[in-house]
Amino acid sequence: MSMDVKMAWRNIWRNPRRTILTISAIAFASLLLVFMLSFQFGSYETMINSSVKIHTGHLQVQSTGYQDKKSIRLVVPDPDAIGKILDQIQNVEAYTFRADAFSLVSSKKRTYGSMVIGIDPVKEEKVSTLKSLIRKGSYLVKDDADQVLIGNLLAKNLKVDIQDEITILGQGRDGSIAATVVKIKGIYSSGIDDLDRSSIHMPLKYFQDVYGMYGAVHEVVVIGKSLKKTKIIKAALSAGIKKTDPKDRLVVLDWKELMPGLLQSIELDLVSGIIFYFLLILVVAFSILNTFLMVIFERTREFGVLKAIGTTPGRLTKLLLIESISMTMIGIVAGIIAGSLITLFFQEHGIDISGASDLLSQFGISGRIYPRLSILSALIGPGAVFVITFLSALYPAFKIRSLNPVEAMTYV
Amino acid sequence: MYFQLAWRNIWRNSRRTAVIMIAIVIGVWSMIFLSAFMRGMEYDMIKNGISTLTGNIQIHQKDYINDPVIENSMHSPIKLETALKKVLPPVAHWASRIRVNAIASNARHSSSITLVGINPIPEAKVSFIGNAINNGCYLKPGDMRGIIVGQALLNKFETKVGHKLVLMSQDTDQEIASRSFRIIGTFKAQLQATEKQFAFVTITAARQMLKLKKGISEISIILPDNADANPVATGLKTELSADLYQIQTWQELLPILNAYIEIFDGFIFIWFIVVFIAMGFGIVNTTLMAVFERMREFGLLKALGMKPWWIIKDVLLESFLILIIGMIIGNLLAFLCVFALAQSGIDLSAFAAGAEFAGISRIIYPAVWIEDVIISNIVVIILGLLVSLYPAAKAARFTPVEALMHT
Repeated sequence: MSMDVKMAWRNIWRNPRRTILTISAIAFASLLLVFMLSFQFGSYETMINSSVKIHTGHLQVQSTGYQDKKSIRLVVPDPDAIGKILDQIQNVEAYTFRADAFSLVSSKKRTYGSMVIGIDPVKEEKVSTLKSLIRKGSYLVKDDADQVLIGNLLAKNLKVDIQDEITILGQGRDGSIAATVVKIKGIYSSGIDDLDRSSIHMPLKYFQDVYGMYGAVHEVVVIGKSLKKTKIIKAALSAGIKKTDPKDRLVVLDWKELMPGLLQSIELDLVSGIIFYFLLILVVAFSILNTFLMVIFERTREFGVLKAIGTTPGRLTKLLLIESISMTMIGIVAGIIAGSLITLFFQEHGIDISGASDLLSQFGISGRIYPRLSILSALIGPGAVFVITFLSALYPAFKIRSLNPVEAMTYV
Repeated sequence: MYFQLAWRNIWRNSRRTAVIMIAIVIGVWSMIFLSAFMRGMEYDMIKNGISTLTGNIQIHQKDYINDPVIENSMHSPIKLETALKKVLPPVAHWASRIRVNAIASNARHSSSITLVGINPIPEAKVSFIGNAINNGCYLKPGDMRGIIVGQALLNKFETKVGHKLVLMSQDTDQEIASRSFRIIGTFKAQLQATEKQFAFVTITAARQMLKLKKGISEISIILPDNADANPVATGLKTELSADLYQIQTWQELLPILNAYIEIFDGFIFIWFIVVFIAMGFGIVNTTLMAVFERMREFGLLKALGMKPWWIIKDVLLESFLILIIGMIIGNLLAFLCVFALAQSGIDLSAFAAGAEFAGISRIIYPAVWIEDVIISNIVVIILGLLVSLYPAAKAARFTPVEALMHT
């Protein structure tokens, strides 16, 4: 065995130019796959994190059915009780309460329909990026009452600016009419058209008065310490709620349930990514198969001699496989190392994508994408390369068995 | 003579030639196939965007885009019609609409929607609504009470066809106008957001509700497939004064779609390069080996007095011929694959909701673009010759004595 390995190793370096080219091809493919996969995973994480931070949160507690119907009657009656449960859970970073109602919003000249969202200014700050999205005027403070924040597109449609008054007309929790006049304190722009065109944020206390909420809210929004902790928090929170709410009137929803489109667009991207990787690996496999085949052609005489002096076909096959596996391994390791280094560099510095910022702001990404190197992203691609090169090495390695020594030795 | 020499050299060892050629075939095939797949996605997104009321070109009153209310209507449709008749090619279709934001409500729900007043017959030729009705029936001209809503809105409102729906919007006097309609049909769209956003009534009903005499909010124009909207838009701009009207092509109306397409273009080009590098290693390696294998031969040629430059030319010509044949086969193979899939399409339905988020439909029909085919072939031929330079130069540098001694 050890002699075979030695022979294989020497064979590899007998023609260093050829070996280096083959190894480079394998390394290049591995490098590319490591980087691309890390880039993809990184952009998903950026996408999820920014979408989550703009509004939705990692998790929400809602009344059962509220997610689909958005009816003002489906409330979380005692938010503080949920808050107490959340205080007990370790991985929770922050949480806040919100209430929503669809209402008619009028300025002097215009009327539009909009979502009116009641927020707790102090708690909201830790959960969402709303405060940093204010482009004009200022954010709400603790004791604000009839002051609101408004999306920039809605402000444009209503033809209003900060300090202007707008009338809000909607339906309260009990079916009564909810009407009020408020002053615009700030204008925000999130880049997500839906939010900017049809939402207004007002202090939660004031919202509860106007819409007759009696202390109830619609959503308890939770941000965990990291995306990965979502599952643990969800389990703990569900268990905690079960104790106080035996009738299943409340549900815990995670970001996947709150934003199904986001998850599926990630899946779609993965699928088109897989088509891409598949084609790439196919091209690489043929490039490598070629090299292996050429090696056999070139060394026909040599194999003929080996066979003539009594080498068994099995041993020849083994020899060739050891050669190709060691080349593949060198290439893959080099590719993983180089790919990881490049990825780490960009993980540090980010990749500028400002050219596509219009588009990406719809997904809540701005300016830079940071690839994310993980064991998974570093090993999946090279693993596939290994399998495919091994398979393409099999053909020449077995073909050689049927070599006729006499013919082979006369081959020029 | 060179050509003949190179051609015969290629086929002297047909096995080796075939191996190199396979690498090229696979490379070219994957370039064209992937670009066709992406173009299919792109075409679908554009078609989808255009048929969702945008059209290739839209005309509005100049303030409408920034302030889409009923006051910003175009009040002399006759003048517009004459201009359209003059400028548009005869195969184009157009429809005029009233389009304002409104609030739809029933006993249980209310929601912000876009109210679209349409001329049912011309509209069917311009936007998706003509053949998107999945339940009930389409609007008839002059229907004063009927309304068509999206299936998703119907579900959200927990109502059904035949029930009432109240719409509220601001009329020309800036008062709140409200009017009750009866849902006569529902439509299905590729995007759920579209189903939730639009509600269609006849233009006469919309005018009556909003107290508008004969004005319209927008004209949407559909040009035949693949026609460039820009010259038509320029033609319209010379006919219609910019003080009164704003004429926009879909590229201006859907900037996000446009950004997507730019990314696609960039990605396709990067893909070409990546495939080429992967393929390039194979080409260099095999050509190099072929050259070494023929060391004796080159040595002999040199000994007979062939100049190094001739040897370079010979090796390059051989590569060139192999590249050309490989490319032809690769192109044919790609066309065959695209053609085979063009009928049934590539089904992404398992990921439909995600496709929807990105504005892509469920089934992708690959589409070959001549530009992509040309660029991918140029990339292969130029870079292919470049990487063959190295083995060619190697061959030219063999000294006759050494080479002839080589076994």
